[in-house]
Amino acid sequence: MLELQNLSFQVSDDSKGAKEIIRDLNLTFEDHTFIAITGPNGGGKSTLAKLIMGIEQPTSGKILFNGTDITNMSITERAKQGISFAFQQPVRFKGIKVKDLITLAAGNQVKLPNVCDYLSKVGLCARDYINRDVDASLSGGELKRIEIASIIARNTPLSVFDEPEAGIDLWSFNNLIKVFEEMHENSENSLIIISHQERILNIADEIVVLAGGTVQARGRREDILPELLKGTEGCRFYHEA
Amino acid sequence: MDEIQKNLLEQVAGLHEMPEGAYNIRANGKSVERSTTAHIDIVTKTDKQGIDIVIKPGTKNESVHIPVVLSQSGLTEMVYNDFYVGDDCDVTIIAGCGIHNSGDADSKHDGIHSFYIGKNSHVKYVEKHYGSGDGKGERIMNPETVVDLGENSFMEMETVQIKGVDSTKRSTSAKLADGAKLIVTEKLMTHGNQTAETSFKVDLDGKGSSANIISRSVARDNSVQLFLSKINGNNRCAGHSECDGIIMDNAKISAVPEITANHLDAELIHEAAIGKIAGDQIIKLMTLGLTEAEAEAQIINGFLK
Repeated sequence: MLELQNLSFQVSDDSKGAKEIIRDLNLTFEDHTFIAITGPNGGGKSTLAKLIMGIEQPTSGKILFNGTDITNMSITERAKQGISFAFQQPVRFKGIKVKDLITLAAGNQVKLPNVCDYLSKVGLCARDYINRDVDASLSGGELKRIEIASIIARNTPLSVFDEPEAGIDLWSFNNLIKVFEEMHENSENSLIIISHQERILNIADEIVVLAGGTVQARGRREDILPELLKGTEGCRFYHEA
Repeated sequence: MDEIQKNLLEQVAGLHEMPEGAYNIRANGKSVERSTTAHIDIVTKTDKQGIDIVIKPGTKNESVHIPVVLSQSGLTEMVYNDFYVGDDCDVTIIAGCGIHNSGDADSKHDGIHSFYIGKNSHVKYVEKHYGSGDGKGERIMNPETVVDLGENSFMEMETVQIKGVDSTKRSTSAKLADGAKLIVTEKLMTHGNQTAETSFKVDLDGKGSSANIISRSVARDNSVQLFLSKINGNNRCAGHSECDGIIMDNAKISAVPEITANHLDAELIHEAAIGKIAGDQIIKLMTLGLTEAEAEAQIINGFLK
């Protein structure tokens, strides 16, 4: 489904020259898969998610989506190819209502009851939210849930979530786990979730550990998770990074 | 009325046909249609251009439409409309001006609307401005609104100018008695080489009076906007003004707020923010499949909705 070939991403740093965030990374994801990408802060996880969506452009390497080279495609084209992206810090808009945002995400044919269903899935009472602006009047957690509802509404072959747990309270977090499980079980779509949360890692099919811009480990959850849970100190994946 | 005038009427007043309730439609400098009701009278002024709208005390749930359309190039007019709203009323007043100029001479409508609002009355006042036509002559509108709000009265004023007006100087002044409340929502978009100046002067004279002035504007191309607001807190009162501007291309927006507290219990706030569309807003909408141009249009439409 998704192939990352020799992917590199550099940024120029005035004091130190070029800094490599992603280093010659190779990864292949199969169809209908649930991958969690984890690893230390600054390891390149969010950058990798942005490279997949086209928000950042790689310095070198290729990205193939269902066999098509999308490396030079715009964000819009990738969205139309079937990739969704949930922001770690969702964007606020003055004058765009929750209903408008979900409708844009779902495609304009969507009916109001469906918009309400998407909001209920993330634990929001639709009646209280559909006519509210996606602006500063919403709390960080509410905004985050609306962001996730917009991804459910898109229902694309690939959804990338950048730290969906950030800013979510405990009650919502339990629901969030359910949302991801449902998304995985009820469709052929694939999920890539950037996360530090054990409970999210615990429902993934596979875990990728990214550190220092490269893949430190990748494997089935059963193999990788116990190693990660031994603690950062003793974890060889973190250690090697 | 011809088709051009009917189209202007639809743009500024949303009217497809004659409205219910009281109305006065002015086209090319003359009153062409008028209707009054048992509670609302409309009288032509004898000393100058314009009308007096007299709303009897206790009038509830009635509306007055007083749109103006100009389709004759080169026409210039100055109109005085006075609204006398009695005590205990609840009415909606819809004004607005549309100019279609396909000639080379400037067309101009200047209007002074004065409101005398009685005690405990609620007035919703909506004013839309629109210009069309591709002549070289400019479409100019300079509306002035003067409001005198009686005790415990409440006025909501909504003004919209989205398209086609080349030059506008808009001035609104208000005096508020005890317990009176004023909310103004202004939506403005300029493009091409248009200029727009909007100024507010609010005197919060009464105890417990309050005013909220909210302006949202978009300036594109080479257009220039100036937002001026002065709120004077002369008693125990609350005043708030907010100017939110999106700037695009080579446009310019200036916001000049002024708040003056002349009383210890006056609480006054001003907020102003001007900037281009945030990049992450465009990126978010692009991740939903919109092109950059569609994303921009969506953001602006929402902002001015």
